[in-house]
Amino acid sequence: MSVLVYIENRNGKFKKSTYEIVSYGKRLANGLGSSLTLLSIGRVAEDELKNLGAYGAGKILSAETDAPLDDKAYASLIASAAQNSGATLVVMAHNVTGKALAPRVAVRLNAGLVSAVNGLPVSYQPFVVSKKAFSGKSLMQAEITSDIKVITLSQNTAGIETFAGEALIEKIDTSSMTSGTKVVSTEVQTGKILLSEADVVVSGGRGMRSADNWKPLEELAGVLGAATACSRPVSDEGWRPHHEHVGQTGKVVAPNLYFALGISGAIQHLAGISSSKVIVAVNKDPEAPIFSAADYGIVGDLQTVLPKMTEAFRKLKASS
Amino acid sequence: MNILVCISNVPDTTTRIKYSADMKSVDYSGVQWIINPWDELALTRAIELKEAHPALVQKITVITAGGADAEPTLRKALACGADDAIRVDAPGGDSLFTATQLAHAVKGEPFDVILCGIESSDYNGSAVGGMLAELLDYNSVSAVSSLNLEGNSVKVTREIDGGKQSIETSAPVVLIVQKGIAINPRIPSMRGIMTARTKPLKVVAAAAASPGSKVVGYQAPPQKSACKMIDPENIDELVHLLHTEARVI
Repeated sequence: MSVLVYIENRNGKFKKSTYEIVSYGKRLANGLGSSLTLLSIGRVAEDELKNLGAYGAGKILSAETDAPLDDKAYASLIASAAQNSGATLVVMAHNVTGKALAPRVAVRLNAGLVSAVNGLPVSYQPFVVSKKAFSGKSLMQAEITSDIKVITLSQNTAGIETFAGEALIEKIDTSSMTSGTKVVSTEVQTGKILLSEADVVVSGGRGMRSADNWKPLEELAGVLGAATACSRPVSDEGWRPHHEHVGQTGKVVAPNLYFALGISGAIQHLAGISSSKVIVAVNKDPEAPIFSAADYGIVGDLQTVLPKMTEAFRKLKASS
Repeated sequence: MNILVCISNVPDTTTRIKYSADMKSVDYSGVQWIINPWDELALTRAIELKEAHPALVQKITVITAGGADAEPTLRKALACGADDAIRVDAPGGDSLFTATQLAHAVKGEPFDVILCGIESSDYNGSAVGGMLAELLDYNSVSAVSSLNLEGNSVKVTREIDGGKQSIETSAPVVLIVQKGIAINPRIPSMRGIMTARTKPLKVVAAAAASPGSKVVGYQAPPQKSACKMIDPENIDELVHLLHTEARVI
């Protein structure tokens, strides 16, 4: 019996979210009295895989392949690995890849799936997990009743723990992988902090007034080492790209610190940010609903407040 | 080419969620029902494609699994521009149950491109589209933010972690779509509403299927403590609080 965690690399390297899901998998395995097996698809150096031992990795199945993500092919590989390792629980991150693969894997394993789980199970027997529902307006507890279970973990909700131990690497065969989709081109953001990985997010709304006013916001983000984001009207207007849109139909983020600058706080936006640990709002309207979701608020004009904030954080960073 | 759009019937986004006294179920009394926002974008793109390529796209069908109370939402999709509708008479159940019902109704039917929203705004499962693809043994592409058709070739852009990919595939295929596929959802015209009344809506009996999970209960999310207001002339105070009180900087 084991817990199988699918781990994703980016250009052969693992990210913070990988350490989180590995250490989460280890805690699940401990809770179930079983062992942890990881599955890596792609090309990752042995040292990088071995590093996962410190986060609880026991056995790592390494499927070395250059085949890009194809939902069907990857899901088939993950399901086979789960069957071969006798996994009763399969875990993936609730990100673009996990959303693509977990449902297919669940069908292959005839398993119930609960996605976007927000931490360790409420109970192991029966297996009950907790997640947000109605776009953050409710918390729901769900029991997975099937023999094999699949869950996806909301990022930045479980935390990272370290464990003593060493990882054992076993290569698995990928020669039978075939793809029904053809990748024509790939565009990867470089030199920018990814919204999905960021500890701090600086986000602007319609109150920023125009696309030209984004420079001071980017400066603040630069000082804080933050990712930039925006509300829906801003991406709809084309002031910022769609991949920066945070909210119900955009991205759901869970950073430690979220700055809502000139964002009124429509319910659709709050759905995307309610898992943030601390929210700072700046808005000229004291009645803006964002203040009921925020931890710290400033009523003021961004044109003057934003440069002052950048300066004040720069001072702090310089002194620490 | 025939396009199928899977529709989830969900409470309006601004609905205040109420519960039964035992907190084991949601109290849906008085709720306004809408087409799930992501499915609405999928439908909008399907209609745009049919308008742009009338010779290529023959028909747009919408499908949902649900009770008769889901029919007004299907009629709304017809009013937006879909040609016909299917309701699988299978209310309730988890994503596996719903996907099994849809697969049962779709299997063997000549749908070339099946569009599903990436998430539904009620249970936020992000599961039915991928499950449907696997049950039908079709290829799928998830997190699709643009879709074009060229002959038999299906060209999409998919979001990947920290970037995007242009992908080519062929029918039949399930595309799980997100923001960007369309920007402004199509709103029914008066004429659309009139013609929707007489467009075909077929009811299919439910298949035997068992769910893989069930809801145990609900909780209201924890209340946020009051927002601490800071003087715009005293930004240092904000920095100080984030550093020493919240400890996030």
